[in-house]
Amino acid sequence: MSGILVIAEHRQGEIRPATFELVTAATGLKEQSDGTVMVAVIGKEPDRYVEDLGVRGVDEIITVQVDQDEFQPDIYEACVRGLIEDKKPSLVLIPHSVDAWGYAPALGAGGEYGFSTDVFGIRYEDGELVATRAAYKEKVYMDVDFPGKETIALTVRGGVFKPEEEKAEPTVSSFNCPEVQARSQHKQFIEPEDTGDIDITQSEFLLSIGRGISEESNVEQFEELADAVGATLGCSRPIADSGWLPKSRQVGQSGKTVSNCKLYIAMGISGSVQHQAGMKHVENIIAVNTDPEASIFSIAKYGIVADIFDIAEELPGHFE
Amino acid sequence: MKILVAIKQVAILDDEFEMLDDGRDVDHDFCDYEINEWDDYSLEEALLIKERSNSESEVVVLTVGPEQSEDELRKCLAKGADRGIRVWDDAIEGSDQVAIARIIACVVEKEAPDMVFLGVQASDHAFAQTGMTVAAMLGWPHAAVVSSLDYNSGDNHATLKRELEAGLEEEIAIDCPAVLSIQLGINEPRYASLRGIKQAAAKPVEDLSHTDLGLNDNDVGEAGSVSRIRKMYIPERGHAELIEGTSAEQAKRLAEIIKEFRGV
Repeated sequence: MSGILVIAEHRQGEIRPATFELVTAATGLKEQSDGTVMVAVIGKEPDRYVEDLGVRGVDEIITVQVDQDEFQPDIYEACVRGLIEDKKPSLVLIPHSVDAWGYAPALGAGGEYGFSTDVFGIRYEDGELVATRAAYKEKVYMDVDFPGKETIALTVRGGVFKPEEEKAEPTVSSFNCPEVQARSQHKQFIEPEDTGDIDITQSEFLLSIGRGISEESNVEQFEELADAVGATLGCSRPIADSGWLPKSRQVGQSGKTVSNCKLYIAMGISGSVQHQAGMKHVENIIAVNTDPEASIFSIAKYGIVADIFDIAEELPGHFE
Repeated sequence: MKILVAIKQVAILDDEFEMLDDGRDVDHDFCDYEINEWDDYSLEEALLIKERSNSESEVVVLTVGPEQSEDELRKCLAKGADRGIRVWDDAIEGSDQVAIARIIACVVEKEAPDMVFLGVQASDHAFAQTGMTVAAMLGWPHAAVVSSLDYNSGDNHATLKRELEAGLEEEIAIDCPAVLSIQLGINEPRYASLRGIKQAAAKPVEDLSHTDLGLNDNDVGEAGSVSRIRKMYIPERGHAELIEGTSAEQAKRLAEIIKEFRGV
């Protein structure tokens, strides 16, 4: 068992950036895994992705031609299992993405491979692989190992490793997908509805509200607060799920990444990984939360441990 | 028609907490417990299907956990689930998600439901793994992160939406029976009524051990796992510079930062 197999992710004809983050992670482990870095791409016309996948650190691109370009879990599982049996990698890296959630856990089910998810640190200790991930709302980390497993598959958290961008020309080979019956069929992608609401990704200054606002009747107070300080109002998932603000205001993995934001005030948001995915890149984050251990404080520049309603009451007076 | 909903009692850490002596988990004395948030949504989805059904139908809730996790089963029964199953014994201690999934899969084989729902992930360890591992063990069709479901009792197919990244959704058709992992926001979970809470006490909860399910000691616990928690710890990491003082003082400083940023 040697080498690292990276499973590329693509959607609607584009390689997803997480793929290049995995290349960086794999390159860093190359010596210890004692082998090559292979990137496999599964699709209807996988050759179309070869040029994009040609980046530094990749030794070999493996194309796997299948009947459909859209993700399908039975097909992905069969291809990745086939690849593991054929290439015998010691490590398989998969993005910790929604599609991976749909098939990667099947790799652990047979008991023959070590498996863990949402990993953001990978190292070898005395020749044994140790993966680091978080638990209890990011308040603790855990080191996970895989006794007796020669091949280990991991899904890797996004936004941790810097994506490899330097172009290169790895060798290219192809692999035949084992026979498989797909038991679900892709029908269509549904784009987020255009509600005519403002585009929060354009805003340089966001004030976002979360579970801490407690009740729908409190939303108005924060709308006025955002107005008073000159910010665009955003929110975390529970607020959009409850219908208190439109989905277009939601920051996070399933919502928006606020790419132009330079100042982000998080009020009553504990800072789940999913929320952080949309905002942790912002240079100036200020968090207001009653829980001094909330994970949002680990990424914020300034923290205010206080009741958001007290702060919301005091703040507008400074902007009259 | 029968739907099996697998739920988890999750731990919420107190503000101050300590690790166990073996350093592999948080000391449970420093935790509160509640039902995993996602599981409220999968239970609700099952109850909605049951209520729409014209035929005899049943919602069974399952958990793998120690005695105290029966509290969460009772809460589900109070909301309208028909009966509960709790699997636990000392040998199950130390199981990873794969070993837990093996137990769930055994119960599914015994119960032969028409659908299995689980939450996308549990809020404590957040592996987002168990549901699809169960499906793989059963060899059933499966879909993860379901944000909308069109399925009625007796259907051989379901149409559903999966929530992808950045607001995108995917519509798929899937063969049933299937294992689905249910996402937050798919419905509006109900609260238990007083009447429901009273009725729940009388509903059956079956306690099973791994041997009752025909599993060996090697199938559960660390022996039945593919990963092991080596240690758990409070990470050293960056922390925000705290703005101290009364809320008036804190707000004043916040206002200064905002004004500085806006250049006014």
